[in-house]
Amino acid sequence: MTTDLTNLTVAGIRDGFRKGDFSAREVADAFNAAVAAGKPLNAFLVETPEHAIAAAEEADRGRASGELRPLSGVPMGIKDLFCTAGYQTTAASHILEGFVPTYESTITAKLFGAGVGMLGKLNLDQFAMGSSNETSAFGNVISPWRRSDGGNAPLAPGGSSGGSSSAVAARMAPAATGTDTGGSIRQPAAFTGISGIKPTYGRCSRWGVVAFASSLDQAGPMARDVRDCAILLETMSGFDPKDSTSLDLPVPQWEAGLSGDLRGKKVGIPKEYRVDGMPAEIEALWQQGIAWAKDAGAEIVEVSLPHTQYALPTYYIIAPAEASSNLARYDGVRYGQRDLPDGANLQDMYAATRAAGFGGEVKRRILIGTYVLSAGFYDAYYTKAQKVRALIARDFERAFEQCDVLLTPTAPSAAFALGEKSADPLAMYLNDVFTVPASLAGLPAMSVPAGLDKQGLPLGLQIIGKPLDEQGVLNAGLAIEERAGFTARADKWW
Amino acid sequence: MGFVAALRLMPAAMPAIRAGMSVDATTVRKIASLARIAVSDAEVDAMVPELNNILGWIEQLGEVDTDGVAPLAAVIPNHLRLRDDVVTDGNIRDQVLKNAPQAEHGFFAVPKVIE
Amino acid sequence: MDWYLKVCEMTESSYRIQGATGEWEVVIGLEVHAQVTSNAKLFSGASTKFGAEPNANVSLVDAAMPGMLPVPNRECIRQAVRTGMAIDAQINKWSRFDRKNYFYADLPQGYQISQLYHPLVGEGTISIEPEDGETKIVGIERIHVEQDAGKLMHDQHPTRSYVDLNRSGVALMEIVSRPDMRSPAEAGAYLRKLRAILRYVGSCDGNMEEGSMRADVNVSVRKPGDPFGTRTETKNVNSVRFVMAAIEHEANRQVDVLESGGTIVQETRLFDPDKGVTRSMRSKEDAHDYRYFPDPDLLPLELDDAFLAECRASLPELPDAKRARYEGPLGLSTYAAGVLTADVETARWFEALMAATGKDDAATAKAASNWLISDLFGALNRLGKDITNSPVSPAQGAQLLGLVADSTLSGSLAKQVFEIMLETGDDPAKIVEERGLKQTTDTGAIDAVIADVLAANADKVAEYRGGKDKLFGFFVGQTMKAMAGKGNPGVVNERLKAALDG
Ligand SMILES: [Mg+2]
Ligand SMILES: [Zn+2]
Repeated sequence: MTTDLTNLTVAGIRDGFRKGDFSAREVADAFNAAVAAGKPLNAFLVETPEHAIAAAEEADRGRASGELRPLSGVPMGIKDLFCTAGYQTTAASHILEGFVPTYESTITAKLFGAGVGMLGKLNLDQFAMGSSNETSAFGNVISPWRRSDGGNAPLAPGGSSGGSSSAVAARMAPAATGTDTGGSIRQPAAFTGISGIKPTYGRCSRWGVVAFASSLDQAGPMARDVRDCAILLETMSGFDPKDSTSLDLPVPQWEAGLSGDLRGKKVGIPKEYRVDGMPAEIEALWQQGIAWAKDAGAEIVEVSLPHTQYALPTYYIIAPAEASSNLARYDGVRYGQRDLPDGANLQDMYAATRAAGFGGEVKRRILIGTYVLSAGFYDAYYTKAQKVRALIARDFERAFEQCDVLLTPTAPSAAFALGEKSADPLAMYLNDVFTVPASLAGLPAMSVPAGLDKQGLPLGLQIIGKPLDEQGVLNAGLAIEERAGFTARADKWW
Repeated sequence: MGFVAALRLMPAAMPAIRAGMSVDATTVRKIASLARIAVSDAEVDAMVPELNNILGWIEQLGEVDTDGVAPLAAVIPNHLRLRDDVVTDGNIRDQVLKNAPQAEHGFFAVPKVIE
Repeated sequence: MDWYLKVCEMTESSYRIQGATGEWEVVIGLEVHAQVTSNAKLFSGASTKFGAEPNANVSLVDAAMPGMLPVPNRECIRQAVRTGMAIDAQINKWSRFDRKNYFYADLPQGYQISQLYHPLVGEGTISIEPEDGETKIVGIERIHVEQDAGKLMHDQHPTRSYVDLNRSGVALMEIVSRPDMRSPAEAGAYLRKLRAILRYVGSCDGNMEEGSMRADVNVSVRKPGDPFGTRTETKNVNSVRFVMAAIEHEANRQVDVLESGGTIVQETRLFDPDKGVTRSMRSKEDAHDYRYFPDPDLLPLELDDAFLAECRASLPELPDAKRARYEGPLGLSTYAAGVLTADVETARWFEALMAATGKDDAATAKAASNWLISDLFGALNRLGKDITNSPVSPAQGAQLLGLVADSTLSGSLAKQVFEIMLETGDDPAKIVEERGLKQTTDTGAIDAVIADVLAANADKVAEYRGGKDKLFGFFVGQTMKAMAGKGNPGVVNERLKAALDG
């Protein structure tokens, strides 16, 4: 075997394995070795080579006996927000240290049921709160990318799915699960030169996924290209009676429906995303994306999303409010860490446990959420935010009367250096300025790698679609991907 | 910061709401207590400006005209499904207690509560 | 029947607390938590069965494991809607669940899923009769559906409390009254009536010992005509008697505080049934900032017309309607109608009894009602049983009534037969047959006995005929005795009179 199997995509592994080019065990071994060698990136919190090997051996047996499953032979990394039976699940927080679920999240159950083997549990921003992976209690993930200036500053892999983005970009996994609450799949994908899609809210079950903000959280795949995203999203999606917000709809055959031909499609350019002072490289990339869309046959229309500027503040009311309540269950009684100072009563125990267990950003958001819901402030903050959210959703509805998909930059900058923004929470929050609006409206959206900045770092373009139109999003993504010809990859320094 | 300013990081005018809603150390302590997070004096001192910064920023929503707008209830049109009244779960005490920091005689144990 | 309580004689207009500064009026509102009758919990598939091993009826959802999500149980919603319909309340086709956030060891999620802003059931009314014949309407503000909490045990370990989540997530209806009650008696009557309605509807078994029904008691006092005073809330009082006692104590305490120059603090209190007093709970000052907001794990609850139509169609005849029918068409007394309809099981038994008689006339109803209220209830009381485990079935009761109606049995024979029925469980016809307890109406046989009695008491016959009328009773007694009680009293009377006067 001369080719490095870790260079294969999900589709490449799936198809090559079926053809008999290699065994699933060879694939698992190659990626397990890459995971072991990738420790300096700190992408994995738990490595599970045995899980990947067991799935691979089953796939090999299945191939021999003619019982193949859709993803037989494909290993993946799993964001440590997904509860995995028998494997520690921490949400990258001390408060859940040692927690070993007895149950399998719906998404991982679907993936494993389709033949996927797990390479390990991936690091993330603590409770998915962050855009750089620096809020993990177990050390930040380091991006495999380095600036071309030779400074070797460790860069952020984006967040919160930074372990996922780093692992895929570094070829430690062909794909990974991510979750996206305000951009946590798309922004890290953009930072690391990979693809990632957040489907329509309700497509992917939230059952068994550690909750951050329930009305926003959506799982999705992160992979090297659009086809892989389509393949994985098909497996991950579907109605789950255990999630009341799950959509009871059939899952389309997105992979089969892939087409980069955008003739007859209208691509909307929201003018409010073109803000004064946007880095020239981002603006240039956006223009390039518009040109590619035209080249693919699309008509370009300018649309207006007038409440765009209010999306971030709206998000930073709703998400912390929901989080302050969702995270109340971490109290040291039923699982995870307990801090019981001498002579402490029950309430003291809660306060000590939560003070010791939660990281700074998590506490900050819990406090903001607690404040905006507290007596006398609920209407001024939370109700107001839900009204503005309705306006933001209506903006999209109106824009989609004029176009099929929207094209925007994914993030306002390329990856920044670790530590560069961690001192200023607001500066960090602004990273999600382009991704948050679609999250608030529950829309499908994806990031595809589209180019490099002048320091040689990846930049992504975002496609936002109508509710349930993942196909439209994937196809526009494919059109960009085909034209961008993004082949850059991080030099292996680890 | 040019980019940031364009996004109205700090809104120019929200005097009515801003003045009334800034938090002080007492408020931060009260919120932390409501949230059951122990905080030291130093932490409180650090949090006051930080939270005011964030709250001041989110209060720009006050300038959006939302008269007659219903708060968003379901992000994607969907209705609440109801399940049948059938016992399908339970009798998994081992699983329920498995991760407990302290479990005794089939119960979770906590410091004694005086009611 | 320990539920039943003597209604105190005070009524709205007259119940006053006599303070040093004059009369005080008591204002009472009740929030009743009633466990919805269902197999599974409100948001999980775990069982609601009472008395299971600790933490056995617990799912991962009830234990609030990370990533667990609530899915509502249709039956719990249905029962709350039916309850709302039974009190003529507004049913909200659009409602939603909110989270009530607070930290306690019996609340694994750190919040209770409840309904604050948009409850399932809006305003309704319940009519009560604190005194015979006097009706009062108590307003219902709302009924909402919510999760019950788990249970803390404090006495099993010196330094630890133990947490049992079996009740965690069981569906409750919170039925909130308006502050319309003015005396402990009214509160008692309200609770009994509410319990009756819930049991008729079948939405709650009303079992207070098992915690299926408990009340938060809001009490304030004021000088008649003044605005409402500050109220206190005494939590989780679990019997009608205790509710009445708690009100009595709390109202008097408030009067004492106010008359000694103090003020009432709006606070949560506990009732100590042993001492009969309420006391302040050691609650934190932030206990009341629950930070309610719509549960983002759940969508709004929207009910369609078909669902509502089924709820309405499945409602049984309710106590007020049944009582009116018993008093009207069936011709029973107010008292009998009240007793027979006070609890659904009694009414059910009575109707089964009537059905088994095959008749629906006033005479049959009266006989059946008399027998049930005096004979059957008397027997059940003696035996320490209630009507649901009566040793005598409605069919057997109807048979017994039939034997009286067709003169097979006299009243006293019927009582004898009933006692044997209670002991043996046998049908009355069989008992009458085997033991020859049949009443004799045969005039020939009766005349023969009378002849013997008159012959044996010739002196008394002479006295009677000489004008001593009072002796008639003596001859009746002698005749009945000679017939071992089986003579038909009417026939015996008639034939004796004829023999003596003839
Ligand atoms: Mg209450
Ligand atoms: Zn309640």
